[in-house]
Amino acid sequence: MIESIESLVGQIADGAKIVVPPDYSGVAVAATRALIARGVRKLHLVASPSSGIQADMLIAAGCVATVEAAAITLGEFGIAPAFNRAVRDGTIRMLDATCPALHAALQAAEKGLPFTPLRGIIGSDLLRYRTDWKVIQNPFSEITDPVVLLPAIIPDVALFHAAAADRNGNVWIGRRRELMVMAHASRRTLVTVERIVDEDFFDREERVAGVLPSLYVDVIAIAEKGAWPLAVDGEYERDDAALASYAAGELFAAA
Amino acid sequence: MDTALLIDQIAGLIGDAHHVATGALSPIPAAAAMLARRRNGGRTRVTLLGSRKFSHYTDGARELFDSAAQGRMDVFFLSGAQIDGEANVNLVSIGDYEKPKARFSGSFGAPYLYMLVPRVILFRLEHTPRTLVRKVDFISAPGWSPPEVYRPGGPAALITERCLFDWDKAMRRFRLRSVHPGETPDSVRAETGFDYDAPEEVPTTASPAPETRDLIRTVIRDDIAESYPRFAAEYDR
Repeated sequence: MIESIESLVGQIADGAKIVVPPDYSGVAVAATRALIARGVRKLHLVASPSSGIQADMLIAAGCVATVEAAAITLGEFGIAPAFNRAVRDGTIRMLDATCPALHAALQAAEKGLPFTPLRGIIGSDLLRYRTDWKVIQNPFSEITDPVVLLPAIIPDVALFHAAAADRNGNVWIGRRRELMVMAHASRRTLVTVERIVDEDFFDREERVAGVLPSLYVDVIAIAEKGAWPLAVDGEYERDDAALASYAAGELFAAA
Repeated sequence: MDTALLIDQIAGLIGDAHHVATGALSPIPAAAAMLARRRNGGRTRVTLLGSRKFSHYTDGARELFDSAAQGRMDVFFLSGAQIDGEANVNLVSIGDYEKPKARFSGSFGAPYLYMLVPRVILFRLEHTPRTLVRKVDFISAPGWSPPEVYRPGGPAALITERCLFDWDKAMRRFRLRSVHPGETPDSVRAETGFDYDAPEEVPTTASPAPETRDLIRTVIRDDIAESYPRFAAEYDR
């Protein structure tokens, strides 16, 4: 289960559907650089529900065929430059979504369901272009009541970064429970961590709700500062200077 | 632009709401929410998306949306590259969707929250025919829906650097409430790409008192600097 970061990213195949977390949840940036270095191609990148520097680096490096997200943004640092260019040039396929639809579609996969309903969205142009989303009449209502249906999103791979795993492969995710949904929905879950600790997270009752059990975890690799320049709860803050640098096209010269 | 005036006005629109949430890229609404909370002695709960300090959620990123569907969110905020006279909001692109002239970050939660949160306050600082348009190029979220569409939520008001509009749900139009200092009803009309209603006499938006400006500075320094460090660092009013 514990492997090198190179071995971890070697298991992300060309064309894989890969789900990644939002910028504040624990983003595997070091693994992303390793993934770019190994020359992966044609990824279907699903953001749960948005992504920033991670998506932009992968797009800049030519690794992505399709992006499925509610937004790709560098937040206070502006638009994601490679994403923006790629959409305007037509070099990636953009499946525009909305945050709750991505969460719900992953939750459908979490339940082993082929689809899930969701409120809202009707009247949005998202529905014009997402021909894979359907609208049905609520079968339990006697009045006209249209409801959107979303197909389940079953990623091949979930990839994220966390502070720690224990000796049994359980991963501490704390309040970032979107990581849990990602792992439940995906065929395989690959995690980089700051450290492995010689404990069992199930021993402490007050911790258990913030633990992703090893049942869902396939590969763990150690990557110190593995989310830099993004933050990891309880470990380090976001490196704003580095993000500003990336937005200006100056960080990661190779990317 | 008098940022403190906008923050003060939005705080007034929030009033005593039970629960206000702000989403991505929203420092001014975030400051306004915290100001409203300080003014009513902490009665208003505020959730700032992504914040560890101001959050009422422990179950991950989906919980904010689920709680809106449960009716537990009273006020939310939306902006857009374009907003039109039917309160449609565009967060995606300008030009042909498949090969756009301009592309923005994306719709975030707008297509959902606009339909489910009872009072959505629209804010768009730049007020020109480029931003307040006759018809948006892409509808991320529609301003109104036909009666058979389940829609407990929708727009309440639109605030810009020039003025404050109320949304008239029955008329499906905006109505000018006040013009900010330095603007007139004519200057606003000239810069607005969509048609809207206006009363005979249009008042000037009240400028915040010095005590309010002091309170806003405190709010920005203490409450929202975690979520919006750049905004906090650059705020000087």
